[in-house]
Amino acid sequence: MAWLGHFNYWVVMILMMIGFYTVIARGNMIKKIMGLNLFQTSVFILFISAGKILGGSTPIYAEGVTVYSNPLPHVLILTAIVVGVATTAVGLALAVRIREAYGTIEDDELIDPVDQRPDDAEPTGPRDTDGWV
Amino acid sequence: MAISEWLPFSVLVPLIAAPICALLPGRALPWLLAWLAALASLAITASALPQLWQGAISYPFGNWPPPIGIEYRIDAANGLVALLVSAVAAFVLPWARPINDHEIPERQGVFYALFLLAFAGLLGITLTGDAFNVFVFLEISSLSTYALVAHGWDRRALLASFRYLIMGTVGATFLLIGIGFLYMMTGTLNMADLAERLPEVQDTRTVRAALAFIVVGLGLKLALFPLHLWLPNAYAYAPSFISTFLAATATKVALYVMLRFAFTVFGVEYSFDALPLGAVLMTLAIAGMFAGSWVAMFQRNLKRLLAYSSVAQVGYMVLGVSLATSAGVAAGMLHLFNHALMKGALFMALGTLFWRVGSVRLDRLAGIGREMPWTMTAFALAGLSLIGVPLTAGFISKWYLVLAVLEAGQPWLIALIMITSLMAVYYVWRVIEAAWFTPAPAGREPVREAPVRLLVPVYVVVAANFWFGIDTRLTVGGAEAAARALLGVGP
Repeated sequence: MAWLGHFNYWVVMILMMIGFYTVIARGNMIKKIMGLNLFQTSVFILFISAGKILGGSTPIYAEGVTVYSNPLPHVLILTAIVVGVATTAVGLALAVRIREAYGTIEDDELIDPVDQRPDDAEPTGPRDTDGWV
Repeated sequence: MAISEWLPFSVLVPLIAAPICALLPGRALPWLLAWLAALASLAITASALPQLWQGAISYPFGNWPPPIGIEYRIDAANGLVALLVSAVAAFVLPWARPINDHEIPERQGVFYALFLLAFAGLLGITLTGDAFNVFVFLEISSLSTYALVAHGWDRRALLASFRYLIMGTVGATFLLIGIGFLYMMTGTLNMADLAERLPEVQDTRTVRAALAFIVVGLGLKLALFPLHLWLPNAYAYAPSFISTFLAATATKVALYVMLRFAFTVFGVEYSFDALPLGAVLMTLAIAGMFAGSWVAMFQRNLKRLLAYSSVAQVGYMVLGVSLATSAGVAAGMLHLFNHALMKGALFMALGTLFWRVGSVRLDRLAGIGREMPWTMTAFALAGLSLIGVPLTAGFISKWYLVLAVLEAGQPWLIALIMITSLMAVYYVWRVIEAAWFTPAPAGREPVREAPVRLLVPVYVVVAANFWFGIDTRLTVGGAEAAARALLGVGP
């Protein structure tokens, strides 16, 4: 039952691989962002798991307690969660703008008549005139 | 006050100026605040540099002594990179004002606030001595960069930005995993403390995995071949000002962080002997030099041409570093500095062309050399530096790279450097040929030369390319001091 002792780390690995696979394999941008979230969350669990000390109590000073769990990873991950939320927000905002500009957020459908030109063709124009295209 | 107490302000001034900038109305005020913040950072980092050549400066935040609190630790290596980042911001912003008025007609306050955040983030990554702090500043600069790239003129800027966001976040998360592994094994996040504690636990799979995750994560950020896929589109479709700033700073800072981890934290013996990092980096560097130059030779969009050339130039830097000798690392740091000068000048000349012509396509620019001779001359002169013609900064980089390669006993690499330089001759020549030796296309409106207020900043940076090709005290001396600091030999 040695692997049960590493239960958290198995969860981390499985979540990480699911998330990473989704980022790579899915063409839908929302799904890509969801995969990215899963990927980041698995790293959060990795950090939090490392903070647990066997037999350690909550890191609040108390009489008669000698072993405390490590609170630092929690604080680090609080920062990383904020970063993750910000990344998701920027990603979703971009997805909204892409939908406005192209009418789709599927990678496969992004090849519309306008974009069937070579990739380095003319700019499609300033965005403040008659919109995109 | 001592200079060590001033140094954190080079990060804090742009960081505090950013939200103020977002609230300022109009166009002139946000620009002025951004420029003043960049000048303040430049003044601080420039005044600190001579002192850093004597030894490192440490600043404990909140007066908590280093392993417990967050420390800024600045030595000759990150002092040089910080000087580069702030100098690029301070010299490009005066040029950028009319460019941005043209390309970003609305809400410039927010635009400059994002720029200041990216700038502060890059400086923060450079100056900090704390591994987790690197991740936080990396994300501050990256998130604002994604938004800045999305400001581009063409709607494909949005796709480029989204792809950059996905790849950049994966890279940053890899870095976070690596830092997590290091923390698990040592219980510290301070880089100097990590360097002391790692040797005890270095023969574990966790530490090896940590090094691998950190190198791959930062490889994505510095556009090391084959992790460069985000770069060409992000540079090509970003606003001209952002292309210039990113090309001159972002990949450089990521390279510095990789050097800091590989050399200072893990130690050169561990990174290059226990793991085959030297062989891996050298292979990828050579592949990048060839692939980047090859693709650049066939680009018709000049911004993409320069972006692919950047992939190749990152290859030169990493090639020097992969030798893991003092001379090799110095050559890498030297090219890091000089490449910022040449790509800065080239992107500025290109942005000036775009301001007049409204396109950076090669066929649209045919014959432009007769209509905008000063701008195209600036492009050609900076192109000479990119190729590495004597008396330019590019020549100094390649000269020291060749010396380092010879010293390491690998003379066959010189042939590869020469071949890729010839490829650079070809892609720079294509632009010159189109500009001067091809008749203008029939339908194009005649254009006038760009105004002096755009040309003067461009020529200042072009002149820097020649200045640092002749007077190499700052660049070569700084790069050698940086290499000593990174490798931990001498101050």
